[in-house]
Amino acid sequence: MSDPLLQLAGVHTHIGQYHILQGVDLVVPQGGITVLLGRNGAGKTTTLRTIMGLWHASRGTVRFDGGDITQSPTPDIACSGIAYVPESMGIFSDLTVRENLYLAARSVKRAGEMDEARLEWIFGFFGALKKFWNQPAGTLSGGQKQMVAIARAIVEPRKLLLIDEPTKGLAPAIIQGMIAAFRELKRTETILLVEQNFSFVCALGDSVAVMDGGRIVHSGSMAALADDRELQHKLLGLSLDAHQ
Amino acid sequence: MIRTLLSRDLPRSRPLSAMLLVVLLGLMLAPFLVSGARSLNVAATICVFVVLVASYDLLLGYTGIVSFAHTMFYGIGAYGVGLALHGMGPSWWAVFVGTAGALSLSLVLALVIGLFSLRVRAIFYAMITLAVASAFSVVASQMSDFTGGEDGRTFKVPEILQPSFRLFDAEILGRVVDGKLITYYLVFFSALALFLFMLRIVNSPFGRVLQAIRENDFRAEALGYRTVIYRTLANCLGALIATLAGVLMALWLRYVGPKTMLSFEVMTDILLIVVIGGMGTIYGAVIGSALFILAQNYLQVLMAQASAAMSGIPFLANLFHPDRWLLWLGVLFVLSVYFFPTGIVGRLRIKALLRGRP
Amino acid sequence: MTSISQVASQDSALPKVRVDMLPLLLVPVLALLMLPLVGSFPTWVTLTVAGLAMGMMVFMMASGLTLIFGLMDVLNFGHGAFVSVGAFTATLVLLPMKSWVEAESVWMNLSVVGLAILLAMLVTGLLGWAFERIIIRPVYGLHLKQILITMGGMIVAEQLIHVIWGAEQIPLQLPATFRGAFIFGDAALEKYRLIAVGVGLTVFISMFLVLNRTKVGLLIRAGVENGEMVEALGYRIRRLFVGVFVAGSALAGLGGVMWGLYKETLTAAIGGEITVLVFIVIIVGGLGSVGGCFIGAMLVALVANYAGFLAPKVALVSDILVMVTVLLWRPQGLYPVAKR
Repeated sequence: MSDPLLQLAGVHTHIGQYHILQGVDLVVPQGGITVLLGRNGAGKTTTLRTIMGLWHASRGTVRFDGGDITQSPTPDIACSGIAYVPESMGIFSDLTVRENLYLAARSVKRAGEMDEARLEWIFGFFGALKKFWNQPAGTLSGGQKQMVAIARAIVEPRKLLLIDEPTKGLAPAIIQGMIAAFRELKRTETILLVEQNFSFVCALGDSVAVMDGGRIVHSGSMAALADDRELQHKLLGLSLDAHQ
Repeated sequence: MIRTLLSRDLPRSRPLSAMLLVVLLGLMLAPFLVSGARSLNVAATICVFVVLVASYDLLLGYTGIVSFAHTMFYGIGAYGVGLALHGMGPSWWAVFVGTAGALSLSLVLALVIGLFSLRVRAIFYAMITLAVASAFSVVASQMSDFTGGEDGRTFKVPEILQPSFRLFDAEILGRVVDGKLITYYLVFFSALALFLFMLRIVNSPFGRVLQAIRENDFRAEALGYRTVIYRTLANCLGALIATLAGVLMALWLRYVGPKTMLSFEVMTDILLIVVIGGMGTIYGAVIGSALFILAQNYLQVLMAQASAAMSGIPFLANLFHPDRWLLWLGVLFVLSVYFFPTGIVGRLRIKALLRGRP
Repeated sequence: MTSISQVASQDSALPKVRVDMLPLLLVPVLALLMLPLVGSFPTWVTLTVAGLAMGMMVFMMASGLTLIFGLMDVLNFGHGAFVSVGAFTATLVLLPMKSWVEAESVWMNLSVVGLAILLAMLVTGLLGWAFERIIIRPVYGLHLKQILITMGGMIVAEQLIHVIWGAEQIPLQLPATFRGAFIFGDAALEKYRLIAVGVGLTVFISMFLVLNRTKVGLLIRAGVENGEMVEALGYRIRRLFVGVFVAGSALAGLGGVMWGLYKETLTAAIGGEITVLVFIVIIVGGLGSVGGCFIGAMLVALVANYAGFLAPKVALVSDILVMVTVLLWRPQGLYPVAKR
């Protein structure tokens, strides 16, 4: 592969008077899962929101799929092929699961016209969605809502998925299920994944970038980081017992 | 001495100081400068509106509360004194009872409305006050046995304030010292005192907290200030002062009625004045009221001439009809919210600040 | 490894769908409770129909406002201006075509009123579009300025009505065949009130269908809850909003025509008068909720009519009483709208 799918160069983002991103350089290659790690407040979520155009960079460039999207409005960025799963999931709780997915399927004019085969593929790893298909999404459990949020991102083929902390607040058994789902997903999709759960990303990640203080302080392959305990400790302040 | 009187909040702009001085001297000497009942009436109305608008600025400009119930409190004050004088006869005791009753009613209402709706967002409060105020005005005009209904009530004021009263036979500067003159100075000095009091309030630590809440209520709360309590206090204070303004107006007019005291037009007047004069400055109330009331009384004459000149052209003649002066003020209002959110006073101060810089 | 479908089956009981029925019952329960108080059945029927008719008209005027607020967090204090502009625009058709209004022909009456409504909705819709662009767009997210600026817009609009139509009140004639009443036994049902109920129900049902069955409607509901996410899914919420604003303004115009014909006279102040009522209704219903707005409108109007008959003095403040009672029960209104 020559060009990376997504490239951030020297991105600065201000929110109000706060200078959150202070020159982020990040590359997401085509295919697989790129993991973005870092402490709370390191700027991971801001990075995703800046890519998505929900906050605009005050300096630097964001290039996606050969185009400059730094100052594009959010809907244009979405239509260029990036799907976003925010930390809060952004579920429409008044709407049913079906309607949530229907809105995410931009090219579909009527709810009945959604791609059956693709839906079956999604039900393959998110079985609960089929069951609660006509339930208001607000009545689902946290894990099921997360499934809806991710399913919305993949209901039609997209070039890049931005997923913010999908395991936050989920029970360990459900996290195991998520790992299975992401294994299936990464066969076809490119994902930029923000996570705090180190064992989760160890099992999934291909490449990794670590943020601190609004900058990328390390990037490399996930496998290398997973093997290097000392580096983990230095970058993430991880202690072994906490994450085993 | 002046610094202390003004609570160290000086006008901070030479043109502004000059304008304020002109208004102050003009109002103070009005009975000797102008002749005729109408001109003196304009001067007294300006005095009352300075207080009324400044008390509204306490809410809008300093606390960021949008209330549409300010005329209700104004009306409570006016009706309180008016009905007491009407029912109990012209005595100072009646004035006292009416004022005290009105103040307590205003306080209770302000507290209830405040605690009920100030917890939530500004918009909610604006809507609730609008509803309550309109219901109040309907009730006041419908309870005609008590309030005189749409016609309102005329009443006699204590003897010393009656126009026929003479303090002594001699004239001062060619002016008879009659009850009207005494009433005027009662209104003028009360208004002045209330104005200086409000200047004091906004420059006190309490006033600073209010401004902090307006800028960022989340942070003010985090610093340990109970925003609801401060807002409610400001709301009560504004209501009480508006009530006193109503008392003054009733004493001056010797009349209370829904159109002059409670109607929504009074509310829009207050809004227009506060925004055009300058929100969050208190001084804006002086400049705004003076300009607005003068315009209301004299601009219409000009418009009538313009309208007459254009009488051949139907649409234009309508545009400049004296009754349409609110149209032009409305346009001015919208423009000033966009382009001069700090109003006349804010503009003058910024200019002075820029000039003061090397 | 545990597969996901197994995980899901652990909490397999279908979650209970919480349909909040209580507010729905309010209107019929209130109506039934009033029957013994009113005493006479025919009077009760007349009062109830009058209340429903008024409620429907208020709903038309309020529904747009509540949606606009829900979707974009914009409260338009000038919404009443659309009501008066709508009503006054209708006179442009109704006064010149007086002969059609006076004709004893349902067909001619309907077409002249239909034409008036169409023109009124067109004008208020266009006005709404301009209002959104000029007045509201620069002050998104600034509540204080929004209130002030929309209030200013209202003053200007009211004055412009004076400029264009003059300061006198305009009598508005009800078409010949819309006058009078149907008599059922002892109960008299005024024809125009039945028409108002019919139009109101049509508006409500179409709104309900649009909001539940069409993609645009679903997007509007989604946008009320989380506008940012709608954008992140690739839709321009601004366009949605302009659409809702225009539709809401046009509905206010429709309500204005209906209201003007109901009152049979027009003054420029009707916008301001109705604003208060509309605000109470959307507070009662829960800001942003169309269903709540509908129930709120019925509730306020019915109570006003019953109170007007049973205790005329209370009727003066019945709107406020309804609002206070509902807010004591549910501080966010009947149907609080979920927000991020």
